[in-house]
Amino acid sequence: MRDKADVWQGTLALMVLKTLETMGPLHGYGIARRIEQTSGNVLSLNYGTLYPALLKLEQEGAIASEWGASENNRKAKFYKLTRAGRKQLAKEAANWEQTTAILARFMESREEPA
Amino acid sequence: MNGLRAWILRLAGLWKGEERDRDVAAELEAHLQLHIDDNLRAGMSAEEARREAILKLGGIEATKQVCRERNGVPVIENLLRDARFAARQLRKNPGFTCTAVLMLALGMCASVAIFAFVDASLIKPLPYRSPARLVAVYESNPMCPECNLSYPDYLDWKKLNTVFRSLEIYGNAGYSVSTPSGLEPTHGTRVSDGFFRTLGVTPVLGRDFYSGEDLKQAQRAVMLSYSAWQKRYGGKPDVLGRTAVLSGDAYIVVGVLPAGFHFAPTEPSEFWTAFHAESECDLRRSCHGIYGVARLKDGVTVGTALADMSGIAKQLEKEYPENKGQGAAVLPLSEVIIGRIRPMLLVLLSGAGLLLLIAGVNIASLLLVRSEGRRREMAVRSALGAGRGRLISQFATEGLILAAVGSVLGLVAAIWTMKLLIHLIAADALARMPYLQGLGLNTHLVAFAGAIALLAALLFAVAPTLHHAAAGTIGGLGEGSRGSSGNTWRRLGSKLVVVELATAVVLLVGAGLLSKSLYLLLQVRNGLQPDHLATLSVALPKARYTKDEQIVAVGRQILTRIANVPGVKSAGISSQLPVTYNGNTDWIRFVGRPFNGEHNEVNERDVSAGYLATLEAKLLRGRYFTDAEDLSKPKVVIVNQALARKYFPGQDPIGKQFGDLALSPKSIKQIVGVVDDIREGSLDAEIWPAVYYPFNQATDYYFQIAVRTSQAELSLIPTLKAIIHEIDPGIVAFAGGSMTEQIRNSQSAYMHRTSAWLVGGFAALALALGVFGLYGVIAYSVSQRTREIGVRMALGAERRSVYELILREAGWLTAAGIAIGLLGSIGAARLMSGLLFGVTSWDVETLGVVAGVLGVSAILASFIPARRAAGVNPVEALRME
Repeated sequence: MRDKADVWQGTLALMVLKTLETMGPLHGYGIARRIEQTSGNVLSLNYGTLYPALLKLEQEGAIASEWGASENNRKAKFYKLTRAGRKQLAKEAANWEQTTAILARFMESREEPA
Repeated sequence: MNGLRAWILRLAGLWKGEERDRDVAAELEAHLQLHIDDNLRAGMSAEEARREAILKLGGIEATKQVCRERNGVPVIENLLRDARFAARQLRKNPGFTCTAVLMLALGMCASVAIFAFVDASLIKPLPYRSPARLVAVYESNPMCPECNLSYPDYLDWKKLNTVFRSLEIYGNAGYSVSTPSGLEPTHGTRVSDGFFRTLGVTPVLGRDFYSGEDLKQAQRAVMLSYSAWQKRYGGKPDVLGRTAVLSGDAYIVVGVLPAGFHFAPTEPSEFWTAFHAESECDLRRSCHGIYGVARLKDGVTVGTALADMSGIAKQLEKEYPENKGQGAAVLPLSEVIIGRIRPMLLVLLSGAGLLLLIAGVNIASLLLVRSEGRRREMAVRSALGAGRGRLISQFATEGLILAAVGSVLGLVAAIWTMKLLIHLIAADALARMPYLQGLGLNTHLVAFAGAIALLAALLFAVAPTLHHAAAGTIGGLGEGSRGSSGNTWRRLGSKLVVVELATAVVLLVGAGLLSKSLYLLLQVRNGLQPDHLATLSVALPKARYTKDEQIVAVGRQILTRIANVPGVKSAGISSQLPVTYNGNTDWIRFVGRPFNGEHNEVNERDVSAGYLATLEAKLLRGRYFTDAEDLSKPKVVIVNQALARKYFPGQDPIGKQFGDLALSPKSIKQIVGVVDDIREGSLDAEIWPAVYYPFNQATDYYFQIAVRTSQAELSLIPTLKAIIHEIDPGIVAFAGGSMTEQIRNSQSAYMHRTSAWLVGGFAALALALGVFGLYGVIAYSVSQRTREIGVRMALGAERRSVYELILREAGWLTAAGIAIGLLGSIGAARLMSGLLFGVTSWDVETLGVVAGVLGVSAILASFIPARRAAGVNPVEALRME
């Protein structure tokens, strides 16, 4: 249970960071919708799990938050990427690509008889 | 790095938890609004839009909770919350809180304060190098097992022994020193050259005595105590090499002793002079005036040393007739210094410990009653989801807060109490116990207090927890279990109250026995009338009074002048005042009796013609001296009854003669009177045979004056001093006082009074706490049995039988407590038999009074709840359920 949650949490953090990099400052709801849209609505996100992840990233200094007004003039808390966050994103993205590449090769090699 | 930053933020979050919670709630609310707006735009109905948004968010409360935990540190938050909650609970119940805290503080205060004294005297090592290897060396005889040495004997012992690395001597000395305000008496000590090297003490300034500096041919030399250096020489280093004039003799100052140095047997000593043996007494083998102190060789025990010294003493006995019957005694030096107060301190420490025990038991019962009263609260909280651990930690936190507050209060109070007790010790008694100086907070004390605090914390935290675990409260709303667990408590509480009462009995009996001892001690027959008797010490300057006639003349002059003072009835001179010590003895040999060289040792007092009459001693036979009986007349003597009984059983001693061991013609005296025993020694010591020689036939430079007056004794002292200074300003008159005061402050009375008062105080507190505990148990029992009592009364029980019901319960507990306590106290009294005087450990009177006092107090205490029980309205009691 725990391992799975950690992986998920890690992936979610990466998705949040990438979303903020692409979209600029965004509120929690916006981030959640963007992640769903990007995944082509394949990923069904439980929005509630997003907030602890945001809190953790903020505590670690990867993102910063600020209260502001949404596009339809609702009060909302906006998150933006910090410098440290950008660095973290770059590093974790690279890590992720490497991991997926390895995994991909693994999957391929399985088809060939050894 | 990032992790660290996160933790710091989380710890910081502890302080603004509520603000963070509001922030999270606002953010989630905003999230919902955005989502609902979107859904409405997508064409859902308002209700549907809201429902879908909430569903998608997936549990607002759960999200808030996760955020909350992320924002802070749950364990610490719980602790803080527990502490806040506990503080609130304790504030809400000030009666319970104050009682528990004060009881702990009281127990702590008593035991820590007493422990400070125990630590300073019994635990802290003496300020010498490896003090455990130091021994005191005495000559001994059947009458005086630890007695002074003579200088010639010391020289032989030093030469012949094989067990000591070094053997040294010291002797008390009084010196007069000249100060800007005239001559002043002060205490000094004469020591042999290696005394300080043997103790392992090095001077802070100057040098130690060199080997041979204590001999007659060497220049007289002195070392100063640190305080004398500060007081008399302003602490200046140029004191070395200067000359100090002590009783008319010039001494060169060679060194200053360290500030921490003390030597209880001769304190308060300012001048430590090299021995310089030259007086008649120093050189005579039968004159015993000094004490030995030695360092054992490695591997030698006190027992071996004693065997060696006894062998040497036997050899000397054969060689010198005057050594007949003189053995040797060797004791650890620490025994000599603290041996006398050890039993008292241990008794006091046990008393304080018992008080602490009662306080602890009382607090434990309070906690149990309280946790009993909170069963339902616990059950509700546990039903609402509080885990077992959380409930237990809640109790533990409360206990820890109580223990911490009580301990800190107790420690502070103990420091004050210590200061107070030190102030209550008379200055001269304190001077004899130099190891008590600098008493105060130290690591031993803090460790001791810490241990008590830890025990208290454990008791406070664990008692209610165990209780709940045993009663199974945690985990169910067991309304039905109420009656049965109430019984559990009642049984446990009863046991505790029996322990309390028994302990109180032990303390009360201890206090009773000590008070009775003190009373008997002060009632002891002294053979004199102590009130309205003023006393003064006088020292003549040796250089000016070289002839006996001169001393006799000045003595007569002083007494005549004093007798003329208004209010003075009579006055007398004695070489030593009564109720001081047995000693300053003479050896006598009776004329016309067979003699085997035995030593008939008797107290010798040289007194003026009017002295015994001034004391209002009782003359049993014969006559007192006349003032005319001086050295030109035949020698006469008055003996006490103890001497008459011992040496003249069934005979009339009047007219009998005795002299010195050689019966030299000059020493022959005729007995002219028998006086009733006067207590020369301490109150609890035996009466020795005593001889009273006429002062005019046995003069001394140093003597005491006793004055019978009709005024207050102390108001007379300045007049007496003025008269003496008028006669000769070179005479030192000092230590003026009254006989009643001297008896009251004599060491044995002092020790008995101190222990009686302190143990009495502990006992009074113990009685109060014990009775309070009994009241608590009975009151609780009544509150638990209200319904039962209601039923009984509804069924026709009378008020009287309800009283009986409750008082019987109290009666059983009290009886059990008293019975166990009496048994215990007989044992305890046996342990302190060294402190008892004239009473046995099973003194029926004391035991009876204690049982009575406790029994009556207990019945009174349980009468209040019994009355409440009898006042129960059956209808209301039954409706309560």
